[in-house]
Amino acid sequence: MSAVLAEMPKSDMSKTVMPATTKAIAPSKGGRSWTFYVLATLFSLYVVALYGPMFCIYVLSFQDIRGGLVFPMKGHSLHWFVDLFTQVRTGDVKGSFDRSIKLAVIVTIITVVVSFLAGLGFRKRFRGDTFVFYMMIGSLVAPGLVLGLGTGLLFQALGLNASWYTSALGAQLSWTLPFGVLVMFAVMSRFNHVWEEAAYDLGASRWQSIWLVMIPVLAPGLVAVALFGFTLSYDEFARSLQTAGSLNTLPLEIWSMTLNVTSPSLYALGTVTTIVSFIVIGASLGTIVLIQKKRGSQAKG
Amino acid sequence: MKSDRGDIELAGVCKSFDGATYVVDGVNLRIADGAYCCFIGPSGCGKTTILRMIAGHEDPTAGEIVIGGQNVVGLAPVQRRTAMMFQSYALFPHLTVRENIAFALRVRGQSKADRLRVSDAMIEKVRLTQFADRLPAQLSGGQQQRVALARAAITEPRVLLLDEPLSALDEQLRVQMRQELRRMQQELGITFIHVTHTQLEAIALADLVVVMEQGKIKQAGAARDVYAHPHDRYVAEFMGGQNVLSGRVEKVNGASFTLAQAASDGIEVPLQARATISVGDEVDIAVRRDDVALVRPGRDLPPGCTTSLPSRVLAIEYQGYFVKVMLDTVPDDEFVAYVPEKTFFADPFTVGDVVMATWATGSALPLA
Repeated sequence: MSAVLAEMPKSDMSKTVMPATTKAIAPSKGGRSWTFYVLATLFSLYVVALYGPMFCIYVLSFQDIRGGLVFPMKGHSLHWFVDLFTQVRTGDVKGSFDRSIKLAVIVTIITVVVSFLAGLGFRKRFRGDTFVFYMMIGSLVAPGLVLGLGTGLLFQALGLNASWYTSALGAQLSWTLPFGVLVMFAVMSRFNHVWEEAAYDLGASRWQSIWLVMIPVLAPGLVAVALFGFTLSYDEFARSLQTAGSLNTLPLEIWSMTLNVTSPSLYALGTVTTIVSFIVIGASLGTIVLIQKKRGSQAKG
Repeated sequence: MKSDRGDIELAGVCKSFDGATYVVDGVNLRIADGAYCCFIGPSGCGKTTILRMIAGHEDPTAGEIVIGGQNVVGLAPVQRRTAMMFQSYALFPHLTVRENIAFALRVRGQSKADRLRVSDAMIEKVRLTQFADRLPAQLSGGQQQRVALARAAITEPRVLLLDEPLSALDEQLRVQMRQELRRMQQELGITFIHVTHTQLEAIALADLVVVMEQGKIKQAGAARDVYAHPHDRYVAEFMGGQNVLSGRVEKVNGASFTLAQAASDGIEVPLQARATISVGDEVDIAVRRDDVALVRPGRDLPPGCTTSLPSRVLAIEYQGYFVKVMLDTVPDDEFVAYVPEKTFFADPFTVGDVVMATWATGSALPLA
């Protein structure tokens, strides 16, 4: 066979063999069909649309003292970051940041605890469980501004002073709790109730079964609920507007700054808050990875 | 502490989840201390519910559950000194093998040193020492089962309850783990109660086989007894290995009676314990499949055989040491002969052949 091939003229061979090979190779040569490129382009545009505006803010926040609110970029320095925390005219950034973090932490703790308990409660069906569930979901659909306005009015009617740690806390919980509970339901659905039964069989009390079995197994899910609670609270605006009282939370402060601050320190603030968000998200994901890694390394040992 | 005996008595135990239908309906049973007892029946027959009631995960609607002379209804599993091995093992996914096994000791508040000493001894007993620091997800099915067994056994129970322990394993492993269960039971010297729907598993393991149907016990006895002497049609068909025939009693003479058959002279059946049979009764009888001999028409019947039924061969399955021959002996019902391999191939039949199905008269068994 090889002898026959060797004797054949070159041109002949390419004529007879080539068409078959090109056909066979074609799909792996191109690798991907045209739809891949269309969808990849679409996705790239989406990413640009998503992050482009924010990126403009970040870039403009690093201008020097001559900087303005629009491109082109004038020099580069950290001037507006210093300005942000030192100048009184830019507003109470430090105080509002402080309040927002505290509020977010309180909201997170309450959301995690209540969602976990709700998750426990909804393991079994009870009378009116669907009603309770829909009532809870209802506050997700209620417009935030209206809900905040109502909360503010109610506090006024009751003769209470609206403040970030009372009325705003309540208004924010009306938003974070349903979310937390929904996430918790998804997490709980993967919890096998036989584990609880096994713990009971081995002599664990209810507390021991929750503490030694449920919480550790559900830990990654609980971190996810915490993350939801924190981020939803940290940048909550609509519900806080009428309920925060005399002292602003950070989103309210930023909003008021957009009305009267005309310097890039506004952008610097955007950059700082974004960094905080990323730190929180990174810490949460890190915790989840750490939990899983700890289990993995234990396992290898 | 109370009695160390693990003998169990169920007295009139009933369970209803909705107040109308009874999943377990008036069960009475005595299980000896240190016995290996298998509950067997189709799904939904109440066998798992009985197990869970003995374990303390379910309370009976009525009746008493007595373990070692003490009524345990209302007590927690630890107080009963029972331990359960769950169907899918229910190993804690976040704990290592060692931590899983030591869990019961941990919740009792034992010191870490004590816990380690006792659990490591148990780990060695189930031959898992090299896997002690692994997570359940990193173990094979058989290893997971051993962890579950060790975790239950470390509480030093007087009764160990196993809910379909072998159903998650593949065929080969199942046979192997079956032996391991039996070995553990003998080593621990405690009562095992094992729920299964596999007949082979039950008769291979159990000292006491309990056949259930719709919340009631159909028959309870030694494995050989239940297999070879089923009480009624249900048990005979469920345990397998039997052909069930029915017919009207034609005549009763002394120690035997004759069952009328359309296509033949009738079937002679020894009365045995059934003294109450009279002419005209509709009666079921059972004949073991391996007692049935097949003879070509016109040849002499083997000695001791008085009954022969003409049949056509419907199908033949080679099973190794025997050949399964399916026949049309009984209209609308299965009739099977297990013919020893060597006998069959000395004069093999083919599908469509007409044969005479016969058996020694003494091996026919009247059913209730």
